[in-house]
Amino acid sequence: MGLKPLLSLIVFLPLIAAVALAAVPRVGDTVARRTWVAVAAVDLGLIAVVWARYDTPPPGELAFAERAAWIPGVNSSYHVGVDGFSLPLVAMTAVIFLACAVYALRERHRPRAHAALLLFLQSVSLGLFVAADLILFFVFFDLSIVGMYFVIAGWGHGNRAHSALKFFLYTFLGSLALLVGFIGLYVAATPHTFDMAQLAATPPLQGRPVAGGLVLAAILLGLAVKTPTVPFHTWLPPAHTDAPAVGSAVLAGVLLKMGTYGFVRIAMPMLPQAWRAWAWVIIVVGVVSVLYGALVALAQSNVKRMIAYTSVNHMGYIVLAVGVAGLVAADTAQARGVAVAGAVTQMVSHGLITGALFLLAGVLRDRAGTYDMRDFGGLAAPAPAFAVLFAVGAFASLGLPAFSGFIAEFQIFTGSVAAAPVTAVAVLGILISAALFLRALQRVFTGDTTGRSIGFADLRARELWSVGPLLLLSLLIGVLPRPLLDVVEPAAHAVIGLLGR
Amino acid sequence: MSQLAQAALWSLVALPAVAGTLLATNRRAERAAAPVSLAVAAASVVLSVVVAVSRPTVAVPFMAGVDFALTVDGLAALLAPMLAVVTLLVLTAAAGEIRRSQARFHGLMLLFAASAALTVTAATLPTLLFAWEIMGAASYALIGFWWRDAERVSGGLTAFVTTRSADLGLYVAAGAALAGGAGLTLADLPHSSPGWRHVTAAGILAAALGKAAQLPFSFWLSRAMAGPSPVSALLHSAAMVAMGGYLLLRVQPLLAATGWAAPAAMWVGGLTALLLGAVAVAQRDVKQLLAASTAAQLGFVVMAAGAGTVAGGAAQLVAHAATKALLFLAAGAWLTALGTTQLIGLRGVVGRWRIVGWSATAGALALAGIAPLSLWATKDAVLARVLEQSPGLYAIGLAASALSAAYAGKLLVVIWGRGPRRGDGDQAEAGRVTGLQQAPLVILAVGAAYAGLLALPPVGAVLARAVGQPGGFHASAVELAVSAVLALAVLLLVANRRVPEPRWALRWLGLEAAVRVLVVRPTLRCAEALARFDDHFLDRGVELVSAGALRLAGRTGRIDDQWLDGTVERLAAGARRLGQLARRPQTGQLHQYYLQAVVVLVAAVVVLVVWG
Repeated sequence: MGLKPLLSLIVFLPLIAAVALAAVPRVGDTVARRTWVAVAAVDLGLIAVVWARYDTPPPGELAFAERAAWIPGVNSSYHVGVDGFSLPLVAMTAVIFLACAVYALRERHRPRAHAALLLFLQSVSLGLFVAADLILFFVFFDLSIVGMYFVIAGWGHGNRAHSALKFFLYTFLGSLALLVGFIGLYVAATPHTFDMAQLAATPPLQGRPVAGGLVLAAILLGLAVKTPTVPFHTWLPPAHTDAPAVGSAVLAGVLLKMGTYGFVRIAMPMLPQAWRAWAWVIIVVGVVSVLYGALVALAQSNVKRMIAYTSVNHMGYIVLAVGVAGLVAADTAQARGVAVAGAVTQMVSHGLITGALFLLAGVLRDRAGTYDMRDFGGLAAPAPAFAVLFAVGAFASLGLPAFSGFIAEFQIFTGSVAAAPVTAVAVLGILISAALFLRALQRVFTGDTTGRSIGFADLRARELWSVGPLLLLSLLIGVLPRPLLDVVEPAAHAVIGLLGR
Repeated sequence: MSQLAQAALWSLVALPAVAGTLLATNRRAERAAAPVSLAVAAASVVLSVVVAVSRPTVAVPFMAGVDFALTVDGLAALLAPMLAVVTLLVLTAAAGEIRRSQARFHGLMLLFAASAALTVTAATLPTLLFAWEIMGAASYALIGFWWRDAERVSGGLTAFVTTRSADLGLYVAAGAALAGGAGLTLADLPHSSPGWRHVTAAGILAAALGKAAQLPFSFWLSRAMAGPSPVSALLHSAAMVAMGGYLLLRVQPLLAATGWAAPAAMWVGGLTALLLGAVAVAQRDVKQLLAASTAAQLGFVVMAAGAGTVAGGAAQLVAHAATKALLFLAAGAWLTALGTTQLIGLRGVVGRWRIVGWSATAGALALAGIAPLSLWATKDAVLARVLEQSPGLYAIGLAASALSAAYAGKLLVVIWGRGPRRGDGDQAEAGRVTGLQQAPLVILAVGAAYAGLLALPPVGAVLARAVGQPGGFHASAVELAVSAVLALAVLLLVANRRVPEPRWALRWLGLEAAVRVLVVRPTLRCAEALARFDDHFLDRGVELVSAGALRLAGRTGRIDDQWLDGTVERLAAGARRLGQLARRPQTGQLHQYYLQAVVVLVAAVVVLVVWG
């Protein structure tokens, strides 16, 4: 029982550090940057302890659960805990933030505020993934938007004010839809509650297709904007293009997962009937996102915009898999469980790989001031290490085996095709991804060294040590997926059971 | 013993994989690269023999309820040592040929070989797909090895994207196998439910045809020639292309179980052997000629899988591996020495580098199907089974055999032809062929000559039993004699007459151009159209909505100012005016007050009278 407040410690440690950095004016820049790295590392260490001691909790319960009264008037409490869905995302979040902290060791623009803001974002992100209460979830959801707004507006470049405002307004509007859905759940539940465990155990709105559909629509709209899926994705490319490298890595790696995590944590277990009724709509949105995202990415010449659209494509696989999970039939339960396990693996995998790619894209701008592929050529000659890491990231992102993306996509495709053969059309996504990444590699790195490639300095230690571990972790999951899947699979099969109600 | 054997099986894949990864990513390993790589390759040969003898199986849990499993059955026991030996020989030759970026080269080659070894031993679909796609990626990196040359990188891109488009079949096949209920173990696939079994077979067939460069995927092999010669030697003989044929042999029971997949494979293989044979005849570059011949020769393996003779297909694979590795290494040696692979530049090379020349001659004669060399016997082992099922296809196969004699003859005529006269100075200028490049050729030449034993009675019977098809060879003496005479006749004909070089065949049947026009360009155009739609419609839509919201806010503000506030202001002004009017009568003069009282009274009376 000595471990009771461990999750709270993990969540609020970065926040405490952030407040300290912001409040103590004498802290030097170097100290601030190093503090950030240290706190992120300690937080990751604590999560490793949680992972080591984690046992799959009984269905409907959470491991390391903590509960305290918060707003008793509306039955909302401070309730946190982890299970097979949240633990991998919590770990991935801590890894991404640590990588960002290392990457930002040379941040020159207001490093103290930068570190404090990112630490605040880390607390918010971790809090969201461990939250077991809708109000708590919502608070963290909105705070993440606020935090990212300041990261883009304060440390971005280009048309950053416009992009940041667009990001803020769009996702904030989405979060309002989400709040409407949450209130719908609260009102329909007897007794009224915002507690996720209770809402999942006795789902409200069963047998009320219209009300259930409307509440699901509100929640889906909110999550679809955040994920994002087509057609709600247009805030993503400008936000990424104008965000700093660290901001992009966090935005793609962590913040997008808040949307997809909402599907498996909230929408599926709490609205099983409505989810089943609307499964095909979700599948179609997923497949369209897969193909549309890949095709539009193929047409980009800006590296960051290209990676941003591949995120739409990758999130599409997740949406497809969770949609397929709703096609309830007795003989496909196994296949649908595989698809959901693949979806959660994809959340982790995409975080690691795309986080790495965005940090690498930041190097392009840092050295040459542009993301445009046409400005480069033959970059492998002056920057071989950069070329190797970017190529590894590209191949990981296009789903090459031995990297985590393959583990995710293989499960998503096999599960989806087995449950709904027509979804096989989505496999074209990995073909287009292959083409677009290889084209990008060819344009930027091969041929004669021209344009901005001339005099391009190769990776520095902090860049290598931030990107390298992310890709190494992706490799580790790709070769030895069991430690991750042993955690994910029980939760995936449990949610398939919940959907059958 | 069994634990040792299991360890050997894991190491067979892991050793080259780990060594390859370390070499490929470590730029300081330049000097150690070749020795390390040769040592690993030699160890792999030992390991492959160990597993071929002991036949172990290993498995660890992987994903989707399926194991990551490796097994060595009769087929794998034949091919794993073949792969290891060819890899060792090719790497030996490469150590003499590749001088720059050795660490990257040997690292990638070892990775390539490791993925091929995993393909050979894979027991489940996820394991197979795992190896399959890494093999494709390694081929991309090796074909585009000299990356400063954009054309070579683009060749790698074509190879990877083309083969991956076929690989999609394996993803779909895995889904179908999961739904089919018999599990994802390769050996169990024929037992899945009938409907799903068709999908599984179709997916695997597509993937295998892609890697084996069969029609309509063949063109990527032409572009793959941009890679260094040792890469071609391995890619064409034992890894990648050969693995496409191998996969079909491995899942032959599945193909047979569906009813349609086996004949389909047979016909695709036969047509590829015929048409790509014609393409090979038309080529003017030795590497392009050999590439087209690879697709054609693999056509016989694919036919074998369709016709149901696993042993015949396996023998053809082994014989072709030795022959083709030999010829590509010879082409590489000439390339380093002469700087060209154009046939016209290779006139009379036999006289200048005798060991290379004589070895290549042995290889070319085997490729021509001259008795008693290897491909003569193996090809007939396949064709004999085809004859039992379709005489028409047998005729196509014979025609393809004749074409292979023609293209091999074309090569022989050139290298034995009278070379240009040169002075002594020229002789000194010509490049050197190192001993490291020559030794493997001799060994491969022996293989190319004698591998045919695998398809002839005493050894053939053992092989057939090993792959689980006892009595698998049917070629009669008549059939063997017919093909031997045919090959010899065509060879003599070619020696005396010029071979026609039709344009359609020179350009590889226009396949790549067709794919560019029909698939690549529409896809790119669609991508650009969607990107424009995204920017100008979806994003603009969002911007318009927000601009609209601003405008609405502005208008509401104006309404607030002008209407609501204005109305209030007007009301107030009206009230003020009324007040001013009300002040008018109050003049303070009594007579005017009386007058007003009278007016009010009269008005009251009138009102009373009217309404009263």
